[in-house]
Amino acid sequence: MAEKKLKPEELAGSIDYKPKQKDWLDPSVEFKHGVFNYGGSPKSVEYLQQPNPRKWQPTDPDWQLPENWKQIILEGLKDRLDRFRSLRIFMDICVRCGACADKCHFFIGSGDPKNMPVLRAELLRSIYRNDFTLAGKLFGKFSGSRELTIDVLKEWFYYFFQCTQCRRCSVFCPYGIDTAEITLLVRELLNLVGVNIDWIITPVANSFRTGNHLGIQPHGFKDSIDFAVDELESITGVRVEAPINKKGAEILFITPSADYFGTPHYYTLLGYLALFHEIGLDYTWSSYASEGGNFGSFVSHDLMKSLNAKMYAEAKRLGVKWIIGGECGHMWRVVHQYMDTLNGPADFLEVPVSPITGTRFENTKSTKMVHICEFTADLIKNNKIKLDKSRNDHRSITYHDPCNIARGLGLIEEPRYLIKNSCNNFFEMPDNTIKEQTFCCGSGAGLGTDENLEMRMRGGLPRANAVKYVKEKYGVNFLGCICAIDKATLPPLMDYWVGGVDVGGVHELVGNALIMKGEKERTTDLRGEPLAGDEKQNV
Amino acid sequence: MLKELLSNKKSIILDRWIQSIDNSYPVETTKFLKSQKDRFSNPVGYSITNCAENLFNELLSSRSIQNYKASLSDLIKIRAVQEFSPSQAIGFIFLLKQTIHNELESEIKAGMDSKELMEIDSSIDEMALAAFDLYMDAREKIFQIRVKELKARLLFNEMNGAPE
Amino acid sequence: MEHWSLAKKGTLINVLFSLSAVFILIAGAIVGVDLIKFNFLFGVIIPYTAITIFILGIILQVIKWAKSPVPFHIPTVAGQQKSLPWIKSSKLESPSSTLGVIGRMLLEILFFRSLFRNTKSELKNGPRLVYGSNKYLWLGALVFHWSILVIFLRHFRFFMQPIPSFVLALQNLDGFFQIGLPVLYISDVLITLALLYLIFRRVADLKIRYISLASDYFPLFLILSIAVTGILMRYFDRVDIVKVKELAIGIFSFHPTVPDGIGVLFYIHLFLVCTLITYFPFSKLLHMPGIFLTPTRNLANNSRMVRHINPWNRPVRVHTYEEYEDEFRDKMKASGLPVEKE
Repeated sequence: MAEKKLKPEELAGSIDYKPKQKDWLDPSVEFKHGVFNYGGSPKSVEYLQQPNPRKWQPTDPDWQLPENWKQIILEGLKDRLDRFRSLRIFMDICVRCGACADKCHFFIGSGDPKNMPVLRAELLRSIYRNDFTLAGKLFGKFSGSRELTIDVLKEWFYYFFQCTQCRRCSVFCPYGIDTAEITLLVRELLNLVGVNIDWIITPVANSFRTGNHLGIQPHGFKDSIDFAVDELESITGVRVEAPINKKGAEILFITPSADYFGTPHYYTLLGYLALFHEIGLDYTWSSYASEGGNFGSFVSHDLMKSLNAKMYAEAKRLGVKWIIGGECGHMWRVVHQYMDTLNGPADFLEVPVSPITGTRFENTKSTKMVHICEFTADLIKNNKIKLDKSRNDHRSITYHDPCNIARGLGLIEEPRYLIKNSCNNFFEMPDNTIKEQTFCCGSGAGLGTDENLEMRMRGGLPRANAVKYVKEKYGVNFLGCICAIDKATLPPLMDYWVGGVDVGGVHELVGNALIMKGEKERTTDLRGEPLAGDEKQNV
Repeated sequence: MLKELLSNKKSIILDRWIQSIDNSYPVETTKFLKSQKDRFSNPVGYSITNCAENLFNELLSSRSIQNYKASLSDLIKIRAVQEFSPSQAIGFIFLLKQTIHNELESEIKAGMDSKELMEIDSSIDEMALAAFDLYMDAREKIFQIRVKELKARLLFNEMNGAPE
Repeated sequence: MEHWSLAKKGTLINVLFSLSAVFILIAGAIVGVDLIKFNFLFGVIIPYTAITIFILGIILQVIKWAKSPVPFHIPTVAGQQKSLPWIKSSKLESPSSTLGVIGRMLLEILFFRSLFRNTKSELKNGPRLVYGSNKYLWLGALVFHWSILVIFLRHFRFFMQPIPSFVLALQNLDGFFQIGLPVLYISDVLITLALLYLIFRRVADLKIRYISLASDYFPLFLILSIAVTGILMRYFDRVDIVKVKELAIGIFSFHPTVPDGIGVLFYIHLFLVCTLITYFPFSKLLHMPGIFLTPTRNLANNSRMVRHINPWNRPVRVHTYEEYEDEFRDKMKASGLPVEKE
C-alpha cells in the first residue's frame, strides 16, 4: 500500500491526546481545582506576624505581592545560600543523571514531568544560576538559567506545594540531594512575600495560640481526654487516670492533636491510655504542648522553632524527667533532627530511663525524648506486659513506613516488633515500597486537605497499589502506620483505590491485645468491632 | 472468521493501541510508562498494559459488560484523577476501534464480511459506555470523599467552636 | 513524530551548541599551533593558566561551601537506626558513628551505592527479565569514573622521573590482555564505551533528554574528544613520547621548555584538557569535591545522642506558657485544670 497508515490517535483527529510540549524553562501553570491548595487566610498570617497578610487565591490573576517582591526573594535566596550549606551544595552539584526522576510518587501518579525531583529542584536552580553563578551570567539559557518572573513564582507555588518532603528521591540520589530541604527553603522564600497555603498557615496559627493545630482550647482538650477515659472504661471495664498539666510527673507525653480528635487516630489514643495505666506510668499530658506535629516545619525553620519550643518549655515548667512522643511522622523528623539544635540543650532533663524495665535509652541521651514504639518495644522485650495476639485475629495487617520515620529516623524494626507481638497475621508489602523505599501517602507536608484531593489520590497511587497487592494476595484488611497524617489521609486513599482496608495506629493493635489487670472479658476491639471469635458466635 | 484474524493480529493491535494510550501523556512520561514494567514502580504503565490486554481478550471472548468493567476499573480510576477532561479520560477506548480498522485495512478493501466487524465496533462502544459508568463512579467517589472530609471538619469546628 | 519535534529541537540545539564548542576548541588549537606557531602559548602559558584556575577555582569554591554552615543535622537515613541494643542497626545505611559515616561515604564515592539501590520485586509483568535502567546508569557511571581515575594515574609516567612503581603496576594491569602493539589499555576502551553510553542515554531516554542542558552535553563531548585524541596519539598517530615528557616535566618543575617536533595532535589533546580543568570549577563537575560535603550523607544518624550546634540559631517569637495561661486561665480553672496564677 502506498498511502501512509495513520496512527489511531491521528485518525481520531478532533481530540487533543497529546499535551503541548514545551521547554521546561518556559514557566506555565494552570491552576485546576483539585490540584492546588487555597491561599493562607490573612487572619492567620497576621496573627503569626508573617509578611503580606491579605485575602488571595492562587487562581487570582493578581497575587497582590509587595512591589519589590523580586528583590525580597533574591535577597532571601542569597541569605539562605549563606546560611545553609545544603542549599549551596544542592544547587551546585546536581549532574542531572536522572536517577531520581521516576522515584517521586507524584511523578509516578501524575505523569507531570515537572514532578521529577530533579526538575522540581531545577525550578529553583535555574534562578540560582541566573543570579548567582558565572556560568549563568556568561551562557544564559544554555546554562539552564532564566530570570525570576511572576510566572516562575507561580510555578514554584504550584510545584513546591506538590512535594510532600518525603525524601524518597534523596535515597536514590548519588549525592543525597534532598528535595525536602529545597522544598522547605523555597516555601520559606514564598512565605517572605506572603505566598503560603491556608491548610498549613492556619494550623500553625492555631498551634501557636492554643498549643495544637486544631485550635482546641484547654477545656476542650481536657474534655476529649476525659471522654476517651470513659470510652476505654466501657470497652475494657478498667478506669484509667489521664493527668493533665501535672507538675512533678516523671514523664511528659506529647502526641499529635489528631490522636484525641481524629478518627481513626482516636483508637491509638485509647491504646496509649490503656498501656500507660497497665504499667503504672507516672506521666502527664500537657494542654499547652498539646501538639506533637509541627506544621511550622512546612513553612519555615523559624516557625518550626516557634512551635517546637513548647515541648522543652513545658517539660521544664512541669519539672518532668524526660519526654515520650506518640505516633507521628513529621513531628519525629523535627524532634529527631531539629529539636535539640533549635531549642536545646535539654540539660534540665535526665537521660531517659524506663521506670518499668530500667532500660537506659542511650540513643536519646541528648534530646531526652523517646519514641513510643521504642518505649513499648522495650516493655515487650522485657516481658512487662501481657499480650493476647488472638484479639487481633480479625485483622490481617500490613505496615506502612511513614516517610519521616523511615528516612528521617530509621525507626523501622520497632513498630514491626510491636505488630508481630500483638497480631498473628502480618504481611509485608513488596520490598521496593517499604522501609527506606517507602512510598508517601501523597498528602504529607501540609497537603492533606479536600482542596487538592485529586492530586492526593494521584500521589498516593503507588502506596495504594502496593496495599492492593497484599490485599489481593493475603487478604490484608488493616493498614498499620505510626503517623497522624497517614491516619487522616490513608483512609480516603484506601477508599478510592483499594476498598475494604481500615487504617490505624500500631498502638491501637497493642491496645487491642493488651491484657489489663481487672479487665472485663473483651468482646470488641478498641473500635467497638467484634473480635474474631465473637463474630462467629454472633453468626 | 474475524475473531481468528484478530487473535492472530493480537500483539500488533495491542502494541499500537497501548502506544496510543501512552501517547496521551506528556512525552517524557510516555517513555517512563513504557520503560519500567515493574508493577510497583510504575503502576500507571502496568495498568495500561494490563487493562488493554484484558479488554482485548474479553472482546474476543465474552464481550460482557461486567467483564469489561472488571478490566477497566483500575485504569479508569487512575485517569479520573489525572489531568484529563472526561472525554480524554475515556477516549482511548475508541482508539481500539481505529486501531482494528487500521490493521484490517486490506481485508476490508478485499470485501470482508462487514457484519462481524460491526459487531466488534458496537461491542467497543459498549466498552466505552462501561468506561463512562466507571468514570462517573470514580468522580462521584472523589466528591463523596471530599464531602466527608468537609463534613468532618465542619462538625469539628461546631463542636469546638474553633475559628474558621 | 510530530509531537516530539519541540523536545527534539531543544535537544538538538543543546547538542549542537556543545558539539560545536568542542570543535571550535579543536580548531583553535590547530590554528594556534599549526598555523601561527604559538607553541609556547599552548604548551606553557595556557597549561599554567588552566592549572592555576583549576586549583584556585576549586579552593575558592570549597571555601564558599564551607563558609555556609550546616545548621541542621539532616542525614537521609536508609536503614535501621541504632536504638535498643537487641535491635540490629544498619551500620552503613544508618551510621551512628564516625566510622560508619566514613564507610557510607566510601561506598558512595567508590561504588556509587545510591545509584546501585534499585531493588527489584520478584513480580514482573510477564516472565521477562527486566534490568532497571538505573543499574545500567550505575554501571556506566562506575566504569566511566574508574577509567578516568586509572587514566589520570597512568599519566603520571609523563610527569615524573623516575616513573613511580605504582604507575608501572597500574599500567601493566590496565594492559593485562596484551592485545596489540602498543598494548591496548582496557581503560581506553571502557571510557570510550561508557562515554558513548552516557551520551546515548541522554539523547535516547526522553525523561533524561527533557532535563538535559547544554552544560550536560558539553563535558561529555569534551571528555570524549580528550579520550579520542589520546587514543589517536597512542595507537595511530604516535607522538614523540620523550619530547612530550620533556615538556610535561618542564611544566611541573617550573622550568618550562617547548621542544620542537611534537605533533599538533598533542597540542589539541593538551588544550582540551586545559579547557576541561578550567571549566571544572564553574560547572556541575564540582560534584567531585561537593560529594564530600553533602550533609545528607556525611552526617551520622545520631542526632538524639549528640547535640548538633547551629552557629546562627536565631531567636524567634514564641508563645509562652504565661501568655497562654493569661488567655485561657478562666476556662482552665472552670474545667479543673491546674494554673500557675490564681
